[in-house]
Amino acid sequence: MTDNVKPSSLASIAAGNANRVPGKNALGTGLEARSVHAWFGKNHALANVSLDFAAGTVTALIGPSGCGKSTFIRTLNRMHEFIPTAAMAGEVLLDGRDIYASGVDVTKIRLKIGMVFQKPNPFPSMTIGENVLSGLKLAQLKQSNKEELMEECLVRAGLWNEVKDRLGAHGGSLSGGQQQRLCIARSLAVNPQVLLMDEPCSALDPGSTLRIEETIRELSETMTIIIVTHNMQQAARISDYTAFFLADGHPGMMIETGPTSQIFSNPKDKRTENYVTGRFG
Amino acid sequence: MAEKQIPAPRTITTKPRTSDKIFRGVIFAGALSSLVILAAIAIFLGLRGFEILAREGLSFVTGYEWFSSINSDGTAGEDPSVYGIGAMLIGTIVTALIAVAIGVPIAIAAALYLNFYSPNAIKGFLVGVIDLMAAFPSILFGLWGFNILMPSGEYWAKLLHKYLGWIPLFDVSTPFFSRSPFIAGLVLAIMIIPIVTSIAREVFSQTPLDRIQAAYALGATKWTMIRAVVLPFGYSGVVGGAMLGLGRAMGETVAVFTVLNIIFQANFQILLGAGGNVASLIILKFGEASAEEIKALMAAGLMLFLLTLLVNMLADLLVNRTVKQGR
Amino acid sequence: MSTATLNYPKPQKPWRPKQRDLVPTYLGVIATLLGTWALVEFTGLAGKLGAFGAAVLCTTVVSTFLAGRSRGKQAAKNAAVASLITSLALLAMFPVISILGTVLVRGTKGLYTGFFTTDMGLASVNDPLNVGGILHAIVGTFLMIVIATVISVPLGISTAIYLTEIRGPGSRLIRFLVQAMSGVPSIVAGLFIYSAIITGSGRGFNGLWGALALAILMLPTVARTAEEVLLLIAEDLREAGLALGATQWRTVAMVVVPAAKSGLITAMILGIARIAGETAPLLFTTGGGDATNLNPVDGVMGSIPFAIWKALISGSAESNARAWASILVLLVLVMILFFSARRLGKARR
Repeated sequence: MTDNVKPSSLASIAAGNANRVPGKNALGTGLEARSVHAWFGKNHALANVSLDFAAGTVTALIGPSGCGKSTFIRTLNRMHEFIPTAAMAGEVLLDGRDIYASGVDVTKIRLKIGMVFQKPNPFPSMTIGENVLSGLKLAQLKQSNKEELMEECLVRAGLWNEVKDRLGAHGGSLSGGQQQRLCIARSLAVNPQVLLMDEPCSALDPGSTLRIEETIRELSETMTIIIVTHNMQQAARISDYTAFFLADGHPGMMIETGPTSQIFSNPKDKRTENYVTGRFG
Repeated sequence: MAEKQIPAPRTITTKPRTSDKIFRGVIFAGALSSLVILAAIAIFLGLRGFEILAREGLSFVTGYEWFSSINSDGTAGEDPSVYGIGAMLIGTIVTALIAVAIGVPIAIAAALYLNFYSPNAIKGFLVGVIDLMAAFPSILFGLWGFNILMPSGEYWAKLLHKYLGWIPLFDVSTPFFSRSPFIAGLVLAIMIIPIVTSIAREVFSQTPLDRIQAAYALGATKWTMIRAVVLPFGYSGVVGGAMLGLGRAMGETVAVFTVLNIIFQANFQILLGAGGNVASLIILKFGEASAEEIKALMAAGLMLFLLTLLVNMLADLLVNRTVKQGR
Repeated sequence: MSTATLNYPKPQKPWRPKQRDLVPTYLGVIATLLGTWALVEFTGLAGKLGAFGAAVLCTTVVSTFLAGRSRGKQAAKNAAVASLITSLALLAMFPVISILGTVLVRGTKGLYTGFFTTDMGLASVNDPLNVGGILHAIVGTFLMIVIATVISVPLGISTAIYLTEIRGPGSRLIRFLVQAMSGVPSIVAGLFIYSAIITGSGRGFNGLWGALALAILMLPTVARTAEEVLLLIAEDLREAGLALGATQWRTVAMVVVPAAKSGLITAMILGIARIAGETAPLLFTTGGGDATNLNPVDGVMGSIPFAIWKALISGSAESNARAWASILVLLVLVMILFFSARRLGKARR
């Protein structure tokens, strides 16, 4: 990735992505959402979203605030159901199997579909090293060489060099960007096939944001990444595919999806065009 | 661009109106009432009991004998009076510890249940039930404990003695299981459960939601999440709540007096029906005490006051640290 | 694109177990019941605790087994813990039910029509149940509550106003002291009044001293609840008053306090509920009179808790029944106060 970002149009940034070859799918056949609806009580928040996330790709979900992007992403790892009034319809298929089918163990799903949140939230009662391995402890997974795994995850998250001498320090003693990379490393330790990221850089400074974007591109070679973002330039920089969401008075819907370069240079829907050219949002 | 001089900030003063000055004065006086009352308690109890404290010195607290030689008609007896609350102090601590040992785990479990396990439909009702129990007067627990809990309590004590009697704590010198520190501790435990549950509930509900969600997103079950996030977060707050319960149990009078067989000796065999605590000592002796003995009872009250004050202050520090952390 | 005619599916909750999935659970419940019965029958586990323990054991074993069979080890541990936590929580609820039931059953036996209209001036606690009543106690408790309220509510609300409105020096100390004061044992409050006022002065017991002791116990509750309530009043309300040129005392008296009115009443009710059943302080200050006494500054004064105490100490069957009846009255009073405070608290929100 080039460090001097000079193009003025999003399209040309995205065009640079078109040459990347999506990673091999050693990890399954990807994630698919079919006609997903979401409700909070009587409030129909999301309607009829169908998206197919190919393995090893990075998909950005863009759209103005309140259009249901975060709600949608939470239906993908079954975090939506924590809200007492939540209801949904439709299917989410991981490797062809519906994760909402009866008899499915939801904790196992979350091991395969990980999530990084907007606000970095390492566990303060654990050290940096313990934080990375906390996923194993929480899911009670056995792991023979923990040290190696910890190092590998921190390397992949781009944090190893900065913390390798202080793995025993407190989880909360890092800067915001470092904390978020720690959270990414933590999610990697349980070896997910899919990583969901809910605006992971919106609380961070531009420097940290760029570091994390580098990490995302490297990670996409071995897993499928779905990232919700407000920042269109970010979407243009890192994603292979983009989906545009909108909710103007109606339940949030996915208006258009396609390769990122196409969405930004030649969108099919007028509303998409208005959004990416900054007419609203 | 020329450097502009940045001016120093001005000191802002205001002259409050007379009515406001009076208002502040009156309110301040009212607010000082707590300080005044607490100080007065310490002063008066100390003044009245000073003579005995000076006489007995440290042995007031450590001595095991309580003997007033002044007869009820005011004439002095032959042996000198001795006042030592040691045995009763031990009784206070033993019964309070039993109460905490039984009550706090149940309270923590109840708080976890209410916050994380109970169905939303009945949660409000159950919280109300626990809060109602906190409002019950202590004499009610004494009456109920004596009439209803005692027979069951004796039976459990006998069971404990039968299977665990080889532990000195559960041994008894004579098989008299009625009205023992164990039963008193049991009643006290039931009395402190509502308070500790209430505090634990508030502490647990302050756990930052994003950490809980992070744990679930990593594939945690409810229990591993609680163990990794909720308990470490709420640890000091819950300890504070337990100490508040301890303080309450130490100062409890009527319930213990009803349920415990007051015998003036230090009793570590908690299943044996004998013991006492400082508060019930005061009640027991007050009715027929001579002037001198009353002074000794005042001194005992002072000790109890200082002890519970200390425990409560520590507890408040701990609870406030956690509850404020979450906000 | 109009959405009016689109055919949307109904909202579902696929994470809720379906009927088919619940079959193992139903079987598990049956197994638990059978297991509990078997344990109680065939081993030494008898009595309430035994049955409860057996039920807990069976529930834990069955739920652990079911969870482990379908979802593995960590689900099994989770189920075991959930079962234990729920059992302990139930254990915590049990005493309330027992207490309420016992008071209702035993208390109603001792009631009769004259219970509320006669006092114990001419009767002893061991007399048959239709002789004597608790009129003196009701009067005494009422008078002392009124006096204690008159003393502690202004002081408590002043403290709260100082902490939230004036926020002057010493606020941290005062807040800390109020919290410490709420932990003072009730016996110490009574002993203090005795030592400060009654000892060596020749003054006898009376209702006023009892009310003073109760006021000491009521003050922290009123102050803390009032402070919480005043803190809930949004800052912009105060700013609006001050921006109109009002002095601070007018803002507090005419804007803040009226806005917090129901909360302050709740604080008062909670304070009263705290002291209504207190016994120990009255034992040192009021003398526990048996005749109805309407004068709080002259002569011994009875009260409901003291009447219960006297009956309890006496130990005969009649006095015991009297104690239960009196405590029924006290409990009804406490519950009325408790539910009023809750109702007021909910109405506020």
